[in-house]
Amino acid sequence: MTDLLTQLPPDPILERRAIIHARAAKTIRRRTWISNFFLAALVAAFLIALIPLGSVIFALIDRGLSSITWNFLSTLPQQPSLIAQNSIGGIGNAIEGTVIIDGLAGIIAIPIALLVGLYLSESSSRIANFLRAIVEIMTGLPSILLGVFAYEYVVVPMKAFSGLAGIVALSVLMVPVIAKASELAFRGVPSTLREAGLALGARSSRVSRGVIIPAAMPGVITGVLLSLARAMGETAPILLVIGASGTWGWNPMHQMSSLPLLTYNYSGSQYPSQRAAAWGVALALVAMVMLLSLGSRFVSARMRKERR
Amino acid sequence: MKENTDTDTQSSGSEVAERIRRSATSDRPYQFLLRGTALFFGAVIVVFVWSVVHTAWPAISTFGFGLVTGSSWVAGTGPYGALPLLTDTVLTTLIALVFAVPIGLASALALLFLIPQKIRSTASSLIELLAAVPSVVYGLWGLWYLVPWFTKTLQPFLAGVTGGRWPFNGPQEGFSVLLAGLVLSIMILPTIVAISRDVISVVPRDLIEGGLSLGATRGQVFLRVVLPSARTGILGAIALGAGRALGETIAVAMVIGSNPQIPHSLFTSGATLASTIATQFGEASGSTGSALAALALMLMVITASVNAGARVLTKRARMPR
Repeated sequence: MTDLLTQLPPDPILERRAIIHARAAKTIRRRTWISNFFLAALVAAFLIALIPLGSVIFALIDRGLSSITWNFLSTLPQQPSLIAQNSIGGIGNAIEGTVIIDGLAGIIAIPIALLVGLYLSESSSRIANFLRAIVEIMTGLPSILLGVFAYEYVVVPMKAFSGLAGIVALSVLMVPVIAKASELAFRGVPSTLREAGLALGARSSRVSRGVIIPAAMPGVITGVLLSLARAMGETAPILLVIGASGTWGWNPMHQMSSLPLLTYNYSGSQYPSQRAAAWGVALALVAMVMLLSLGSRFVSARMRKERR
Repeated sequence: MKENTDTDTQSSGSEVAERIRRSATSDRPYQFLLRGTALFFGAVIVVFVWSVVHTAWPAISTFGFGLVTGSSWVAGTGPYGALPLLTDTVLTTLIALVFAVPIGLASALALLFLIPQKIRSTASSLIELLAAVPSVVYGLWGLWYLVPWFTKTLQPFLAGVTGGRWPFNGPQEGFSVLLAGLVLSIMILPTIVAISRDVISVVPRDLIEGGLSLGATRGQVFLRVVLPSARTGILGAIALGAGRALGETIAVAMVIGSNPQIPHSLFTSGATLASTIATQFGEASGSTGSALAALALMLMVITASVNAGARVLTKRARMPR
């Protein structure tokens, strides 16, 4: 047997492999060193990515927290003519405007978006595929374009800036985001559940209402809250259409104030006191946005736990 | 209940068929509702696109192609040439990608393979937190922290090291395309990390283990196996990030200096398509308003095509091989 093997001509592949193994063994120490260095660099890059986050949060607390008082959060801003002598007043109406605009935009967008999501998850016709592509592209479009849209179709016909125009812009912004998230959530429901419902003789509307929507609820709620959070921080479309307001106003047909817009306006203000207060406004805005994003995490985690 | 089942079993085939037909017909309102809503939203999108085209039309018919190729943009009086805005938009996006792509890919790899399991979800939610901060807050932060840092430290340093040669020449005022690009890179980082992590996570386990078993180090496997086999999806992630950077408005408007000019160095102030719309729309009337809508139309065409490309790439990447 061994004779037979030694008689065989040398196998070029085996020889080559031996050379490679020898070379690999010789370089393993150097390669390991380089590799570890590279891996450390990857982790370092990740830590570098967190520096801006840390810096932003630090800045918000360092410069913003001192302006946050109950008075600041609950009163109206100072008259522009009196700012030089007096305190700059509060942001109560901006908080109110933000909540109204974001809330009403959500009330308009959520039902539409859920039905679009349901349609996209149930249908795979050519029209549905086309709509799906459009919805996905819409989620990536710059929000300022919706400001132009709301300006042309709400501000121009009404001949006035209004909270309503902001609501229109934000709701069109929110629909694709919620529709996409809820489509994924609806698709994530096991098809056996749907088929079981249909096999029991339920209509597909009944199956959607009784099976699909409840089962997909955690994902849907996450998507809704995240899109509310995202819309709340949007400045660009709001900037073009809602105007400005120094008073309380519950009527979206009038001009309104809002936190992101106020942050933007204060940051470029001629009064140093307003420029400094921009951080207080920003902190209030970030707190509200974070509340929604963390809320979405909490709700979905909680609902998932309850399922088990 | 028992009786029901009995009658059901006794009912003839045609009766069952009839019942199924009836239940299908009575479900029609539901189908109408779904299709109607989808159709309605499609119509809203059409109206949205039309509103931009319609508002831009006077400017397009007056100035024609000069809107794109004209090299000077003066609000209020004209001329309305978007070339400086287009170059600034593309330049800031490229700067953003230069910073965000390596750091984003490294973070994605670190999150997937290197960071201990215990803190992995915390680490990835920190990156997601970066996406939750509103754009205007990044602008404010850039204005208060990065502008002074640029004027006092970074710009003198870069000019000193390079001897003030291109592209580090010019004014050292902080507000610059470089600063805008840097702020953008922070803002698009979460997008790049999230998408590239998704596409890297579907790289088949066999490929990675095959590489390791051949004696490659982990670093070599990342560079020669993981990244190449996820490259389509990574390109998609980069394109999505670029799409965000191209359209980002408020933060850029706050730090770029709002000065429409063709950049001659990284330190020159500028203005992007989106930032110009944001800063000038308020005072715009007549021809300026229409010219700004033409900018919006350019922005829409550019970002829609970039996003469509990104969609094709990421979709292909997620397909099983």
